[in-house]
Amino acid sequence: MLTVHSLGIDFISGSNRTHAVKGISFSIAPGETLALVGESGSGKSVTGLALTRLLQEPPAVYSSGEILFEGSDVLKMSPRELRRLRGGKIAYVFQEPSTSLNPVFTVRSQIAEALHLHRPEVRDIDGEVARCLDMVGIVDPSKRMHDYPHQLSGGMQQRVMIAMALACHPKLLVADEPTTALDVTVQAQILDQMRLIKQQIKMAMLLITHNFGIIGGIADRVAVMFRGAIVEHGATAEVLHNPQHPYTKALIGCIPQLGQHRRRLTTIDYSTLG
Amino acid sequence: MTSFLQIWLPNLAVLTVLLVCVFLAKVVARSDRWTVARRRLQRDKVGQLAAFVCLIYLLVGALETVVVPTQTGSRTLLQMLCSGVPQEKGYAAPMASTALSISSPNPLISKHLLGTDALGRDTLVQTLRATRAALWIGGLTSLVYIPLGVLLGILAAYYRGWVDDLVQYFYSTIAAVPEILMLVAILMVLGKGLGTMAIALGITGWVGMARLIRGEALRQMERPYVAAAKAMGQSHWNIITKHLLPNVMHLVVIKFVLGFSGLVLAEAVLSYLGVGAPVGTASWGAIVDASRSELSREPLVWWNLASASFALFLLVLCLNVLGDSLRRAFDPKSTS
Amino acid sequence: MFAYLIRRLLFFVPIVVGVMLLTFCLFFLVQSPDAMARRVLGPKATPKAVENWLHNRGYDKPLLINRDPEKPWHDSLFISQMGRLATLNLGNSDVSGRPLAEVFRQGALPSLLLTVPAFFAGIALSVGLALYLVFVRNAAADFLASLICVALMSVPVMVYVIFGQFLVAQVFNYFPAFGFQLQGWSTAKFLLLPVALMIVSGLGADVRLVRALFLEELGQDYIRTARAKGVSSAVILLRHVLKNGLINLITLVVASLPFLIMGSLLLENFFGIPGLGNVLFTAIQAPDFAVVQASVFLGSLLYLGGLLLTDLCYAWADPRIRLH
Repeated sequence: MLTVHSLGIDFISGSNRTHAVKGISFSIAPGETLALVGESGSGKSVTGLALTRLLQEPPAVYSSGEILFEGSDVLKMSPRELRRLRGGKIAYVFQEPSTSLNPVFTVRSQIAEALHLHRPEVRDIDGEVARCLDMVGIVDPSKRMHDYPHQLSGGMQQRVMIAMALACHPKLLVADEPTTALDVTVQAQILDQMRLIKQQIKMAMLLITHNFGIIGGIADRVAVMFRGAIVEHGATAEVLHNPQHPYTKALIGCIPQLGQHRRRLTTIDYSTLG
Repeated sequence: MTSFLQIWLPNLAVLTVLLVCVFLAKVVARSDRWTVARRRLQRDKVGQLAAFVCLIYLLVGALETVVVPTQTGSRTLLQMLCSGVPQEKGYAAPMASTALSISSPNPLISKHLLGTDALGRDTLVQTLRATRAALWIGGLTSLVYIPLGVLLGILAAYYRGWVDDLVQYFYSTIAAVPEILMLVAILMVLGKGLGTMAIALGITGWVGMARLIRGEALRQMERPYVAAAKAMGQSHWNIITKHLLPNVMHLVVIKFVLGFSGLVLAEAVLSYLGVGAPVGTASWGAIVDASRSELSREPLVWWNLASASFALFLLVLCLNVLGDSLRRAFDPKSTS
Repeated sequence: MFAYLIRRLLFFVPIVVGVMLLTFCLFFLVQSPDAMARRVLGPKATPKAVENWLHNRGYDKPLLINRDPEKPWHDSLFISQMGRLATLNLGNSDVSGRPLAEVFRQGALPSLLLTVPAFFAGIALSVGLALYLVFVRNAAADFLASLICVALMSVPVMVYVIFGQFLVAQVFNYFPAFGFQLQGWSTAKFLLLPVALMIVSGLGADVRLVRALFLEELGQDYIRTARAKGVSSAVILLRHVLKNGLINLITLVVASLPFLIMGSLLLENFFGIPGLGNVLFTAIQAPDFAVVQASVFLGSLLYLGGLLLTDLCYAWADPRIRLH
C-alpha cells in the first residue's frame, strides 16, 4: 500500500545543507503496523511528515526518491490531490495534544471539520462524532464533544486527536510519538486503546517513537533509524530478540529491566558506531 | 563661567556617550544571546545599511555638538566646516544663480545645492545642523526613561506584592493623563528648551518601557534558573543584576532604537505645535513649521519642507529598519 | 464575575484620584489661580475684578487642604472640585461660563465623525492587507510590503497633512482642504481628507502588527494539525488563523475604543475641526482650568473603561479565560 524508495530529505538554512534523511526505503502493507524507532534527530519525524508533504518547503527539500501510496507518487501530486490524501487516506496523531488542538474551537467542531472534508455524505454529525469519541474510550461522548480542549486532561486530548484522525476512516495512521508527552499510566491506556482499534478496523499504522519499550504488543515490523538512515529492519520479535546492528543492540540495551540491580543506566557510546 | 560650560559640557556629553557604549559592549559580549544575535546581524545586509546611515546621522549630530572656542565666540565643528557657504539675502531655488524674486532677481553669491530659506541661509546646512536637536532629544530622553523604566519594571516583577501594585498604580495614573497636557504643563514649569523637553518626554515615556520590562522579567522569574539562584542564597541585588538584567537587555536595546524614532518624530510635532524647542533652535520641526506658509507663495517654495521632511524621514526609516533587524536577531524562534 | 468587577472598580478609584491630583498640581505649579485669572481677564483688569472672578469660581479657597482653624479642613479647592466631579457635575467653563456638559457634547460629534470612520476603515484595511500578505507568503512581496509599511510609518503626520492639503487645495480642488461645517450629508466633504490621512498614517504600523500576529498563529501546532487534516490554505487562514489572531487583536482594538471620542488633537488642529481634541489644546493655552480638569476626568474614565472593556472582551472571546 505504501512504498518508500530511496527517500532523501535535506534542510537548507542560509548556506548550510543538512541531510536529515539519507535515501531510506521501507514499505507498509494494508493493516500492518510498522514501528519507526530512533532517537531525537534521527529523521524519523521528518519521514512521517514527508509522507503527505507536510514539511515546510523551504527549508525542506525532497532531494531524491519517491513515496508511492496506492500507486501514485506523493511527491508529484497536485495540491488538491494532497488535500484529499491528508486526513482522508493518511491521518496523523502528533506528540503534544495540548497544543495540537485549536483552543478556540470545540472538540465537536474540530472533528466535524474533518468529516465535512472527507466524508461529506455523513448527515448525522453529532452521532458520528459521538461514535468516534466512544471508539477511543471517552466516557459520555455526547457531553464531552462540546468541551474545549483546555477542559480535557492530556490523556483525553490525545484520545480526541486519535478520534479525529480515525473519523475519516484513513488507510494509514501516522502516530508521531503519541504517548511521549503523557504520564506513564496514561501511556499504557492509550497504547491499549490503539491496540484495540487496530484489531477492530484493520488499519495500517506507522508508529514513530524513540522508545523500544512500547512497540512490543502493537508493531508487526520494526525499522531502526540512526542519523537519517535505516540501519536495521525486520519482524518485531526478530529484531527485539536478535538485533544485528550495533546501534540496535545498544538501543535495546538501554531499556531498564524490572528486577535488575544496576547502579548506572546504560548509555550509547557513539564513537563505536561511526 | 557659563560660556565655559556651554562650550565644554556638550563635548563632555559626546565623550561620555562613547565611553558608555564601549562599556556596554564589553558587558554583553559574554552573553550567549548576544553572540548569536551578532552572528545573525553580520549576515543582515539591509540592517547593516540602516545602521550605517544612522551612524552618519550620529556623526553629523556630533559635529554640530562639539563646540570649539574661537576668537569671536564659540562655534560648532559643523559650522566651521560649512563656513565656506555664504548667506544670501532671501529665498533662492536649488542650484539657481539668481534670487527667487519676480521683481528683483539679483545675482546670488554662490549656487546652493538645496536652495536657501527666508533669511538666505543655505537649506542643506540648516538641515544638517538640525540633526543635533533630533539626536539630542532622542538621546537625552532615552537617558531619562530607560533607567527609570527598567528599574521600576524589574523591581515590580522581582518583588511582586505591594511593590508591583505601587509601580502599576504609578504607570496607570500617568498613562491616564493625556500626554499633551503633561508635556505642555511640564514644559511651562521648566521652561522651553531641548533639555526640559527631554525630561517631559521621559516622564511620559517610561511607562512603555516599564510595562515591557516588567512583562519580560515576570516571564524570566518563572524560569528555573531564578529559583536555583534563590535556593543557592544569592542576594536580591545579585539575582537582579547578574540574572534578570542581562536577560532583558536585548529588549532595552530594541525599544531604545524604536523609541528613538518615535522621539525624533515627537520633537518635530511639538516644535510644529509651538511647544517644543525655543525659537532659533535649528530643528526639523521648526523648519517644517516655517515652511507651511511657503507652499502658498508665488513662486512656490518647496525645498525647505522637502529637505527637512526627507532628513527626518530617512532617520526614522533607518531606525525602524534597524530596530526590526535587532528584533529578528534576538528572536530565539527565527531560523539561521 | 461580579466580584471581579467590584475589585476592578475599587482599583480604579485611587487611579482617578491620583490622575486628578496630578493634573491639579501640574496646572497650579505653572501658575497660581491669581495669575490664571489675570491671564484670562487681561492686563487691564482691576484687583476687584480679579477677586470677583476668583470668588465666583471658588478659586479663592486654599488649594489642597484648608488650614484655617475656623473652617473645616475639607473646604479646599481640590476637595470641593472632587466632590463635584464625583456626582458627574462637570461645571462650567472658566472663560466662557458655558456649561461644560454642553461644550463636550458639541465637541464630541465632530471628533467622532473623524475618528470612527478612520478607525474602522483602518482595521478592515489592515486585516485585509495582512491576510493577503500572509496568504501569498511570497518572499519578494513580503519584503516590498515590509519596506512600504516601514516607510509609511516613518513619515511625520504633519508632512502627510501639509502634502495632502497642498494636493487638495492646489492640484485637485474637489473638496475643501480645511474647515468644518455641519451640513447634514455634505459634511462628509470636510472629512474626506483628514480621515484619509488618519488611515494612511496609521496603516504602516497596523499592517505590520496584524501580519506579525497572523504569522505567529501560523506557526502554532494546531495549524499543522489542520493542514494534516487536509484543510486548504484559504480556509486555514480565514477560519483558524483569523479567529485566534483576532482574539489577540481585540485587546488592542477595544482598548482604543473609548478614546475615539477624544478625537485627534493634531488633525483637528490642522484642519480646523472643532472637536474635543482641539477643546483640550485651546484650554491648556487659554488657560481654562475648568475645561482641562473636566477633560482629564472624562479622559481617565474613558481610559479605565477601556481597560475594563478589554478584559471583558477577552474573557468573552477566548474560551480559556474565565474571570474570577
